[in-house]
Amino acid sequence: MSAHDVMPDIELYQPITVEDAVALAERHGENGWLLAGGQDTYGWLKDRAKHTSAMIDLNAIDALKGIRELAGGIEIGALTSLTEIQNNSSVVAKFGLLAEAVAHVASPQIRNMGTLGGNLVQDTRCWYYRRGLSCYRAGGNTCYANTPEGMNREHAIFGASRCVAVTPSDTAPALVALEAQMVIVGPDGERIVAAEDFFVGPNVDIRSMTTLETGEVLTAVRIPGKWATSEYYFEKVADRNVWDFALVSVAAVMKLNGGNITDARFACGGVACVPQRLPAVERAVIGKPRNDETGLAAGAIASNGAVTLNYNHFKVPLIENLVRRAVRG
Amino acid sequence: MTYRHIGKDFTPPDIVSKVTGKAKYSEDFQVDGMVYARLLTSPMPHGKVKNIDLSEALAMEGVIGVLTADDVPPSQAPNPAILTNEPVYVGDPILAIAAVDEKTAEDAISKVRVELEPLPFTTSPTDSLRPGGPSARTEGNVFIQREMSQINWSDEDLQRFLDGKEPTGEAPTEWSFGDLEAGFDNATVVMEESFVTTGYAHMCMEPRSVLSYWQNGKCHVYGSTQSQSFVVPSLAEQLGIEQKDLVYVSEFCGGGFGSKIASYPVLALPGYFSKKLARPVMLRITREEEFYVGSARVGFQGWIKAGFKADGTVSAVDLYIVQDLGSQGTGGDASSAGGAVSILYQPDAMRLRAIPVLTNTTPRGAQRGPGQNQIAAIFEPMLDKAARELGIDPLEIRRVNAPDSSARINANQGPVTSAYMVEALDKGGELFNWKERKKRSGQRNGSKVTGIGVGQGYHSAGESGFDGLVRITPDGKIHLHSGVGNLGTYSYVSTTRAAAEVLNCSWENCVVEHGNSALHLPWSSYQAGSNTTFTHTRANYMAAQDMLTKIKEIAAVTLGGAADDYDVADERVFNTGDTTRSMSYAEVARRSIELGGRYSGAEMPDDIHQVTQRAVQGLAGSGLIGVAKDVLPVRGTVPGLAVAFAEIELDLETGKHEIIDYLAVAECGTVVHPQGLAGQLCGGAVWGFGMASLERHVYDPQNGLPANVGYYQCKPPTYLDVPREIQTAAVDIADPDNPMGARGIGEPAMGCATAAVLCALSDALGGHIFNRTPVTPDMIINHLAKQPQSYAKLAMNTF
Repeated sequence: MSAHDVMPDIELYQPITVEDAVALAERHGENGWLLAGGQDTYGWLKDRAKHTSAMIDLNAIDALKGIRELAGGIEIGALTSLTEIQNNSSVVAKFGLLAEAVAHVASPQIRNMGTLGGNLVQDTRCWYYRRGLSCYRAGGNTCYANTPEGMNREHAIFGASRCVAVTPSDTAPALVALEAQMVIVGPDGERIVAAEDFFVGPNVDIRSMTTLETGEVLTAVRIPGKWATSEYYFEKVADRNVWDFALVSVAAVMKLNGGNITDARFACGGVACVPQRLPAVERAVIGKPRNDETGLAAGAIASNGAVTLNYNHFKVPLIENLVRRAVRG
Repeated sequence: MTYRHIGKDFTPPDIVSKVTGKAKYSEDFQVDGMVYARLLTSPMPHGKVKNIDLSEALAMEGVIGVLTADDVPPSQAPNPAILTNEPVYVGDPILAIAAVDEKTAEDAISKVRVELEPLPFTTSPTDSLRPGGPSARTEGNVFIQREMSQINWSDEDLQRFLDGKEPTGEAPTEWSFGDLEAGFDNATVVMEESFVTTGYAHMCMEPRSVLSYWQNGKCHVYGSTQSQSFVVPSLAEQLGIEQKDLVYVSEFCGGGFGSKIASYPVLALPGYFSKKLARPVMLRITREEEFYVGSARVGFQGWIKAGFKADGTVSAVDLYIVQDLGSQGTGGDASSAGGAVSILYQPDAMRLRAIPVLTNTTPRGAQRGPGQNQIAAIFEPMLDKAARELGIDPLEIRRVNAPDSSARINANQGPVTSAYMVEALDKGGELFNWKERKKRSGQRNGSKVTGIGVGQGYHSAGESGFDGLVRITPDGKIHLHSGVGNLGTYSYVSTTRAAAEVLNCSWENCVVEHGNSALHLPWSSYQAGSNTTFTHTRANYMAAQDMLTKIKEIAAVTLGGAADDYDVADERVFNTGDTTRSMSYAEVARRSIELGGRYSGAEMPDDIHQVTQRAVQGLAGSGLIGVAKDVLPVRGTVPGLAVAFAEIELDLETGKHEIIDYLAVAECGTVVHPQGLAGQLCGGAVWGFGMASLERHVYDPQNGLPANVGYYQCKPPTYLDVPREIQTAAVDIADPDNPMGARGIGEPAMGCATAAVLCALSDALGGHIFNRTPVTPDMIINHLAKQPQSYAKLAMNTF
């Protein structure tokens, strides 16, 4: 076993336009690596658990940075730092859910360096996979976590399909709840993908957690005005209060009229490979007042369909409780 | 007693360099011609190296050479090897490669082909103890009386233990005192519990990087250790050289916590490599490697039965511990746990049985309160459970059992130098407003419930028999030579203030010499076991007394009269009858060089250690030398005691808790350095919170892989996991066996915090105890949801 923690030799490219970045990404294909804040990248490369020959550093592309007003909504450049988003008055005023989710990412230092795009496309934290083991997700033919003695406290209760890894992102559930759209630029031009469809489980692609193809760059996230200034709830339960990944998180937006919930979207982190939508919960709360009674009833069905592993059955009552709290407010 | 220096804050000389970044830790040193080494470590938990193919690696440009297990002395199992051909845990170093830079060395490592034959392995002591169970080493599975041997229990013995019944399996360590049966007969309440405490990594901020080179036949080592002089004999032995041929520099240590007490295998590696290559070798240890070679706490799987009389006094304790030693021989933790129980609760009768079992997990070693703090996490919540059954307040049940100066300790029921635990409990109870606060116990606030807890910690806190060395140079400066390591407590300097006290000199005129054996440092204790404050205030006091005597003698010889006619003040010695007859310390130093003999260091006492002898030889003729071995009496065990109080809010829906308020009270004799003490109590608290509810040690039993090889996976507390303010206080009653009244405190400062938080959690849950560390949100959620816990009873290394 190597000692790790040493960067290998890698060719560095520093494009200043999205076009050039896409051209480089296409040219290097599987050997290319897009670099944003580096908070996930450097771990993989210094641990030498993943390899690349060409680093395409996106940090000099100004077009990927900043927060812009859209009709009713906003567009956030994928390279915008999490700290900037957290402190942006428009985000805070209109999409408090995102501001709060961003504030729960990792630590202040990591939020200073880390970008929204990086937070969304970061790889799973399954510790077996991170060790560089040849599991399904790494191209092998086994899962080390889902075995009779696997240590899988952090793993999935929904949507497992050979792989039981979960999404580590705190912003992804918030953006799924907000019906955000991902702006992706590739060799064939731009395509827009709903956040909910951007993230994919192992049943769709066991090697990648998003639909982002080789040669494509996530350039921006658009949040439509639909949920602007709506009531929201975000909570992340992790062992530590900072610099930790969610055991379970909940992101919810709700519209109320006359004291009753008229529309709602719920997405949970830490329970599946993708932000887990809870359509049954959404249906159950519509037409009901936002109170503990509604929350209790909604929470009770939040775990429907959960399949637990050796060490993660606590996530069942935990997701029930968090949904209850989200509804209760 | 009023002191000039003792009990006063001061600015330790290394503070500025630490906060400005000028401090040089081992990896900051660079020397001409230096090459960089990297390790190749074992990918499997137990195996035998069958073949190593270095051809491709050594052919690479920039690669200088390789060091394998064949180049270093073999180690006697279960001592860890510098390099090994039979790795016994994932991460065990097999070989090292040196190159012109780290990247080349690392690239070369990836080109080495090692053929390993897998051997049976285990990550669980009870797995190893079952009939036919795997042994962590080919030499056996247990380490007893400093020897390896093999013990396997019967299926019945194992099952009884796993079922939480009184253990019957062979336990080679056993001691007892009193009549156990009578003790239980006298009990009103008898508690019987099984428990597990996790053995988690030391997580030193500074990985144990080392630079070595050879010059004029001497091996120079720049390392990171808690101790300074104490390292010299063990490192010289590891390097196979005489002590005089070792120059050891460790001016700063970025955290050791028990894992860097004396020499360790990696500390010797660059010395061998440098000799082989005839080049200076720097070995920087990565964060991940620090989790392998940096060691971890001993884990406990245990059973305890305790009897309590109607008034709450402990009548009998029967304690049985299976120790997870990892892959290395240590194992004092169980007996230390027994010792802690014997002093903190003063039972009429007690028995300790223990079996130290090896597993193919990271090497274990002493970690802050080794044994004492694990048992504090288990016994204190159990004490509360007994108090609840007896209808006694938690503070009161601790008061009725609290040790005083007539307390007895350990198997031999020996005496202590002094103890004032009732005073500590009372002081804390008053400052924390215990009576009023306890009324909030169980109070609901939405989904949150309040828990109030009190916890106690103990560790022996003083040694004797080490040396002190002080020197006055002709410029009038008082050089305080400290062989104490700079492990972050400032004891390397605070203990020298005992010498300044005796010499009645201003602190500004003192120069503290430390951190480099070439600066001529005396033989000193290990900076561990909370001993330094007691041990080295004594040694410094003794050396300064020797110097004071010599100053007066020199004055008498020079100015006439008898030595007793003289006294000292303001860096002068003067005749008490005629103060115009006086000499400055500078003049005394110059005169001492003329006088020679024992004044100048040309002669020295017979009883000082060879390390001190060499130091004096090196200093001879440079000024007035004061040197002495500490031969002051010690009447018993020197106790370090602490009590902590915690108020928490536990969220019943998330399993998360917040520490609202925390107070620690030290019972460590006279306070020597108030800021240093507060630092120890705060640091100990953070450690304690980590042990109580956060720090993890996870191994996959299927393949022996560790899940935690980074800070974010191990989860030590962060700034936001601890209360904004931590209150500290001290009893501050002098210990009679220390000339300054001082005792140590570092380790109990942690145990009391672990216990207080766990007791508060239990209080919030209406008295439920988990008998386990850490207590994590998933456990609380499962408990409240009336679900079974996910770990098997008594399972180890699951969180």
